[in-house]
Amino acid sequence: MPSANATSQTNPARFSDRLSIGTKRVIWAWTFLTLPILFYAGIRFYPTFQAFWLSLTNWDLLRPAQFIGLANYQKMFADPIFWKVFNNTFLYLIIGTPVSLVTSFVIAFYLDRVRFMHSFIRALYFLPFLTTAAAMGWVWRWFYQPVPIGVINGFLSTIGIAQQPFLRSVDQALISVLVPAIWAGLGFQVIIFMAGLRAIPGTFYEAARIDGLGEWAILRKITIPLLKPTTVFLVVFSSIGFLRIFDQVYNMTTNDPGGPLNSTKPLVLMIYQTAFSSYQMGYAAAQTVVLFTILLVVSLLQLYVLREKK
Amino acid sequence: MLTKAKLAGLAAGVSLLAMGSAQAVEIEYWQYVFDSRVQAMDQLIAKFQEANPDITVKQTTFPYADYQTRVVAAKVAGQGPDVVQLFYGWTDQFVNGGLIQPLDPAVFPHAEIESDFFPIVSAMKRGDSYYGLPTAVRSLALFYNKALFDEAGLQPPQNLEELVAAAEATTKRDGGGNITSAGITLDMAGQDHHWWREVLVRQNGGEPYDAEGNVAYDSEAGAAALKFYTDLQTEHKVGLVGFMDEGQAAFRAGMAAMTIDGTFRLGAFESNPFEWGVVELPADANGMRSNYSSYFANAIGATAEGEELEAAQKFLQYISSPEAMEIWLDVVGELPARRDVALTDKNLEDPILGPFLKGLEYAQTTQFYDEAAQRQTAIDMVNRVLLENQSIEDSLSQAAQAEQAIIDQARQ
Repeated sequence: MPSANATSQTNPARFSDRLSIGTKRVIWAWTFLTLPILFYAGIRFYPTFQAFWLSLTNWDLLRPAQFIGLANYQKMFADPIFWKVFNNTFLYLIIGTPVSLVTSFVIAFYLDRVRFMHSFIRALYFLPFLTTAAAMGWVWRWFYQPVPIGVINGFLSTIGIAQQPFLRSVDQALISVLVPAIWAGLGFQVIIFMAGLRAIPGTFYEAARIDGLGEWAILRKITIPLLKPTTVFLVVFSSIGFLRIFDQVYNMTTNDPGGPLNSTKPLVLMIYQTAFSSYQMGYAAAQTVVLFTILLVVSLLQLYVLREKK
Repeated sequence: MLTKAKLAGLAAGVSLLAMGSAQAVEIEYWQYVFDSRVQAMDQLIAKFQEANPDITVKQTTFPYADYQTRVVAAKVAGQGPDVVQLFYGWTDQFVNGGLIQPLDPAVFPHAEIESDFFPIVSAMKRGDSYYGLPTAVRSLALFYNKALFDEAGLQPPQNLEELVAAAEATTKRDGGGNITSAGITLDMAGQDHHWWREVLVRQNGGEPYDAEGNVAYDSEAGAAALKFYTDLQTEHKVGLVGFMDEGQAAFRAGMAAMTIDGTFRLGAFESNPFEWGVVELPADANGMRSNYSSYFANAIGATAEGEELEAAQKFLQYISSPEAMEIWLDVVGELPARRDVALTDKNLEDPILGPFLKGLEYAQTTQFYDEAAQRQTAIDMVNRVLLENQSIEDSLSQAAQAEQAIIDQARQ
């Protein structure tokens, strides 16, 4: 034992020499990774797990949290408003994602061929993406007003069509909120699609044309399959965006948030109201857990469906 | 040069001295951001500090939207304000959460509070203790656009029948029958839910809540009140929910002949580009009137103790004093909470303040548990009738159940 002690005392500096290059690289890599990992653990993962715990309590900010088991979940699943909101959240996703992706693909596909004022048109599409969602929400909110101030209804009345209630209708409100949300994200998706289109080597198209493939076949057999990584990214990205929709809804319906009659309320807005208007933090945490689960399942499902088939 | 240097030295010396004497107590006062309220409070603080040189008051403000959250978060962090402003409807939450402490009856004698203030101050009482005192109170009245009334050759309405007639006479429509200028604004998200609850329900012979504070409007009276309200849009077509986005916006733009709003709107309406007037809320056929009154009270934070508590009590006494109320009336336009300061001949004869003050005498104060959520039940009740064609009775029952659930939840 004394001899072992002696060795370690005499050779402390040589410790690093005994490690292989591979091990040293790993140590360096982990040294650099420590900071982001600690940061993420503290800022992201810890609160996430904390939320799971909170969802089992009745914490209201003021009194200490008490464990109440699954009571919050029972209350939530028995609440018709929760199911309405759940339904709305999926409507935003199911309508929003395909419509925005198809629209942006069509725009990108044709814009890619336009040479005349190409950058200018592209910039025009991108502009809404740079605008604050709040400002946009308010402008659209006024567009949708009844006459005499609503632009859209003003136009409808001049051509002899009856006024539409838009945001004041349980049937039209959700779509009315969705339209500006799609429009706002369009620029970003167009740019990404165009980058994807540019990345497809021109030789593929040349070969296809030499072989006598028509435009439609080229689109189906070459462009769309080769765009898959771009599409996967955009589908996941925009799905998460629509599942988390909040700004547009809140700003377009501030007087009756998520209204009328909860017809536009998404899950995030419900969580916000439960937490910061009614201070039922435990209940809000339970809703957050549901949102987390939906986001996780939808993302995994999409990655699975759109995976590379080998 | 020399004199300047001397002066600077002197100033530095004086400020050092001042610091020495002011080291005594600093207390913090919290309220939400609203320009005129912050200005009024700045004036009050300046006057208070002049009279109490050993106390400094620091005013901290937050946007209204996260004001409550900030107060609650500060309590969780263990550093709340010494004097804090709260809406009377938040009292339960603030008391249960241990955010504020009861007022010491030795400093604020109950007999004096009850004789000097308007009776609505009782909404700040829990058990045997008062938890806060208001500087100013608010009530509702009917605002009318004089230009539109002159055009129609009308006098402002005194009762509900006249109100409907005036609304019909002042509504303007385009060729398609769309309203281009409303007779009266319909905005449950604004003050209309108070008008419905405390005025229309009572005028129809009911009461909104029973003695225990449970919902009591699911009755014939409640149905009649709701029908009167929704008929304004569906039968008489003199208003449209969502017209010009908000009721107050429609009135400000001169596109609504009448709107029901509170004293706090006086400042915003001052710059209206037309002449407008105020009358008491319309009476019913028997001349019965009612009104809704509310207020923000000032309370002492739970964490204040010792010297700070004493300073906080002095400050609260000052901001609830007649002098403070007069300053508040001048700067903010809100009515004094003490009877003798409010009900002076000068104020009662004032064409604008008079109707609000008269309203205070017969005003009711709703005991709210979660004001935003309870208001939402009223908004939804009207929307179900207007947008989903639900029957008045069903919508009313559903609203009563939803509101009772909120009350039950809060009482747990």
